[in-house]
Amino acid sequence: MNRSLKSEEAERSREYSPVRLRVNGAEYEVTSPAGARLADVLRDDLGLTGTKIGCNAGDCGACTVLISGKQVCSCLVSLDQAAGLAVETVEGLQKDSSLRGLQAAFVELGAAQCGICTPGMLMAAAELARESKSWSREEILDRMGGVLCRCTGYTKIVDAIEHYLSGQALPAPDAKAPAVGSRITKVDGLSRAEGTARYGADATPEDALLLKAVRSPHAHATFVIGDTDKFVRENPGVVRVITARDVPGKNEYGIFDHYRDQPVLAESQVRFNGEVVAAIICERGAAETIDLDTFPVTWQPLEPVSGIDGGLDPKAAMLHASRPDNVLTRGKMIRGDVEGERGRHVVSGKFQTGYVEHAYIEPEAGFARRVGDRMEIFVTTQTPYMDRDGVAHILGIPKTEVRILPSAVGGGFGGKIDMSVQPLLAVAAWLTDRPVAYVYSRLESMRVTPKRHPSRIEAALSCGDDGKLKTFSFHADFNTGPYASCGPIVANRVPLHAMGPYDVPTVHCTTRAVLTTDAIAGAFRGFGVPQAAIAHEALMDQLADKMGMDRLDFRILNSLLPGDVISTGQKLSSSVGMKECLEALKPSWHEQRKAVAAFNQRSDRFRRGIGLGCMWYGIGNTSQPNPSSMRIAIGADGRITLYSGAVDIGQGVNTIMTQMCADALDVASDRINLVLGDTDRTLDAGKSSASRQTFISGNAVVLAADKLKESIRRLTNAGADAAIKFRDGTVKVSGAQEISLDLASLPADDEGNVLSEVGHYNPPTTDLDENQQGIPYASYAFAAQSALVEVDMLLGTTKVIKIWAAHDVGRAVNPTQVEGQIQGGIAQGLGLALMEEYIPLATDNLHNYLIPTFGDIPEIEIYLVETLDPLGPFGAKGIGEPALVPTAPAILNAITDATACRPTQVPVTPSRLWKLLHDSGKGRHAISG
Amino acid sequence: MDYRRAADLQDAVRLRQSMGYPFVAGGTDIYPAIENGARFPGLIDVSKVEALRGEIRREGGEWIIPAMATWSEIIAAKLPSQFDALKQAASEVGGRQIQNTGTVAGNICNASPAADGIPALMAMDAKISVAGPSGMREVPLEKFVLGNRKTDLQGDEILYAVKVPARPGRTASAFRKLGARRYLVISIAMAAAVLECDAAEKIVYAGISVGACAARSLRLPAWEKALHGRSIGEVGSVEPVPAFLAPLAPMDDIRGKGEYRKHAAGVLVREALVKAAERLNEQVA
Repeated sequence: MNRSLKSEEAERSREYSPVRLRVNGAEYEVTSPAGARLADVLRDDLGLTGTKIGCNAGDCGACTVLISGKQVCSCLVSLDQAAGLAVETVEGLQKDSSLRGLQAAFVELGAAQCGICTPGMLMAAAELARESKSWSREEILDRMGGVLCRCTGYTKIVDAIEHYLSGQALPAPDAKAPAVGSRITKVDGLSRAEGTARYGADATPEDALLLKAVRSPHAHATFVIGDTDKFVRENPGVVRVITARDVPGKNEYGIFDHYRDQPVLAESQVRFNGEVVAAIICERGAAETIDLDTFPVTWQPLEPVSGIDGGLDPKAAMLHASRPDNVLTRGKMIRGDVEGERGRHVVSGKFQTGYVEHAYIEPEAGFARRVGDRMEIFVTTQTPYMDRDGVAHILGIPKTEVRILPSAVGGGFGGKIDMSVQPLLAVAAWLTDRPVAYVYSRLESMRVTPKRHPSRIEAALSCGDDGKLKTFSFHADFNTGPYASCGPIVANRVPLHAMGPYDVPTVHCTTRAVLTTDAIAGAFRGFGVPQAAIAHEALMDQLADKMGMDRLDFRILNSLLPGDVISTGQKLSSSVGMKECLEALKPSWHEQRKAVAAFNQRSDRFRRGIGLGCMWYGIGNTSQPNPSSMRIAIGADGRITLYSGAVDIGQGVNTIMTQMCADALDVASDRINLVLGDTDRTLDAGKSSASRQTFISGNAVVLAADKLKESIRRLTNAGADAAIKFRDGTVKVSGAQEISLDLASLPADDEGNVLSEVGHYNPPTTDLDENQQGIPYASYAFAAQSALVEVDMLLGTTKVIKIWAAHDVGRAVNPTQVEGQIQGGIAQGLGLALMEEYIPLATDNLHNYLIPTFGDIPEIEIYLVETLDPLGPFGAKGIGEPALVPTAPAILNAITDATACRPTQVPVTPSRLWKLLHDSGKGRHAISG
Repeated sequence: MDYRRAADLQDAVRLRQSMGYPFVAGGTDIYPAIENGARFPGLIDVSKVEALRGEIRREGGEWIIPAMATWSEIIAAKLPSQFDALKQAASEVGGRQIQNTGTVAGNICNASPAADGIPALMAMDAKISVAGPSGMREVPLEKFVLGNRKTDLQGDEILYAVKVPARPGRTASAFRKLGARRYLVISIAMAAAVLECDAAEKIVYAGISVGACAARSLRLPAWEKALHGRSIGEVGSVEPVPAFLAPLAPMDDIRGKGEYRKHAAGVLVREALVKAAERLNEQVA
């Protein structure tokens, strides 16, 4: 007995005996448990954080490494299994001189946006690149298909791989050309391709404590927390437990000061499944062993308040005392008398959309540390300055005492506007005075962060005999979940956009955001406009058909034009490229209409269709001040630094700002050094949201450059028209004569700068009056897309074959990045149309929640329409959200064109479309009898 | 977690008997389960057990697929046309990463109703060879997978190999998987068809199996029977009747309504049959 116990012990000890691991040619001795995931060992034991963890379940491929030359998910391989085999990670790619070219191709050709998937992509591509054979595009897709990307839409990744395999040299950047308008290298691209960029989970200090959250298993419940001291005593390694009463300042946060309705830790009631009631702070080694099920909390479940109808039910529980009817907010845009002005020809429809999850590959993560009486948080975020203010509120300290250091952001799309880990980390680090780190699991990332609002829309559109639109009426109810988040933004933006980019004299648009105990809904690329566009674009098709007009011509007839006055009374004097976008699509549209008809003549089971989607989008916040401040400084050595608080979430703002700064100062773009998003060193540039950074922060950069030049002229007593040249560390001013400014003679500040100027830009918007009249946005983007689809009438599947995308971006500052935004937006729009639906508790992982993969992306042809907005920096507007908005409407209209059935609920899954076809007698039957 | 590495087959069986932990081979089901909240006191790693590895080979009238054969190995193996359906299924498992590590035995023992590898094996009358303390036993795959996450594997046993009867005549096969996206997708429904004809080009064997349309993959005997004695050209024109699909009982879930899945299964089977017949035709007799 004793003997066998002893041998058991001996065997057990094997678990912790050092394991020899060979990574990138180097030998390591590792003492982690034998069953530890290789991904964790690489990151935590060896510090090789280039390998990313996106799901820990083999669903996303972010952690792809090579073992014995084969790509594997390192989250599914045990340390024991990897021992003794050759493991290669992104950090090792540089050692293979031939594969450096693959990294370069990724960087130069725009294959990396946020970059979180890039290491996994590169490793998957490395596997195939080493096989000496010629690869077809389809074969490349098959090999790459196991890695998900949420930013790029994959096209540029495949392009980069093909380019690398072709052995051709990369296009040399044109150093002499102005930076704006050229395809300069993404300034932070190399750090993505080399795996050195530090994301939220990549910089955790060794001595950091870890945080684990105790979350509600009920959508709606009251609860009582028991003896937490006992829990601490019984769980070695647990340093303390934090509950609502431990929050030093105010236990509340939210996007708006007057809507801070979400507690850091629930006090006695939870309002959604996954809400935090306690945080367990523990030593690193203990995190794995804590059983959260033993945490002392007793639940008293309450009736959930589910769905829009559930929230509005007079018998429903009131979720917040300040909102007795469970309506968070209402929005409206009413002009004229819709009933009285209605045209003779009227169409109407009802539409429905579900929750959509951002599904960025980087789960929310960061760490906090207390530095004296200050709080520092390194975190993945779109909004460092709002985080700073929110954390100060929670800790009860001045906001100057909070420093936010944004990490590299592995995808945002609106989902990292709200705080995620920040509030709990701040409280934990404040109270323990130790660094504390928290990385959301994929399940937490999906279950507890805000989603796109589910919507239920009713709309009607009318025109006169001449086909000119007369009236539009629209009501949308949004399920906003239990807390405000960005619900008010959605409710207010949608009524202004709901009629689409058309000249409609009379409108009646209303919205309502309804509180429920479903998932929190907030910001997601487009703030409700993508849902509204599904409605207005369906109605445009229906009305065109009713009038017997071509669907594209009907849109051109009604397009907003320069000089038109929109519902708010704002006159759009210029940079209104809606008609140009439609004109760009016209040749392919007419060609494809014919081709589709010919195809359908020959085919019964497979039917093709082509559809249009148009959109407009107001850049920046709606009728609210939304300024940005950017700073440019020159050192004594002539070094130029741009201090940018605008967070690059993969959309490329670092590169765009660099390009604008370079041209504004007339220097090469590689002369601009960047200091990024550190709330102590940079200035508030506002949120990276609402497609606003290019337009607003870009203007701030130009203003800063102008002020800098002005102050140099002043210093040198040069005239206002004196040209200034920044060359090789010198500044030369040439007015009447050329003067060289002696930078070294000027006093330097703490950062070594001798000249420093701030540009401050706030777009010229106004509040809307009681009749919703005013200037809600200073600039508008326009776009039209057409989609060619093929529907299998037997199985209800839809294949998107090709998308033509015409976008009025004002000015394409970096065409590679603009294309990347459009391709990525289209991929997300395709997901919205065909496959994405977040269902709480059912699709909170990346194998049940489907986002498009390498194999789901159509060919995309892009037309960049440059209308040069006079208010925009170098004429530029924004592209982030506009890229996505028209895609789903175009696909839905194409499905309707193909099947003569109109889907009104997204996503149009095969099961749903089959049912629709079946019920309308249009489905084909497989089984007789 | 108590992580044990089995040195050989006997060790694996012994550890299984004494500790009762689940086996881990490719890890593509165990580690996701852990992420999803499953807690195992330990794991028995069988990935270094030589007896479970090795070539996919023919022994007498049977093809032997070692338990630890990965999907990539199946794709790369030189195998006769009866395995085309299995190869197609292998190339549609997850992504390449999963194909490189996920094993045939793991797919079978995990016994998901949507296991990609099972229909093609089932349509070939595959048998499972199981090693236990008292030696080996064989069970038809159809009897081995009992239901959703349920198999006939006993607490002291390990799946040793999959054995597939080598079809003597002219044989072809095809596989169809329906999902809501191209890669990394759990199927809404899937179907595998295996056909064998005689010298007169009459069907002498038809194996049809459908996955994701019941608690486990199922054969469709009525449809198979209706094909016997038909010519190759007639395979696609045998009109399916509801009785053909009677064994299927698909659920409503996030991937689709049961009614739809049953319909889709009929379509997929027919497509797989037509493709298999086409491949039969392409073969020189």
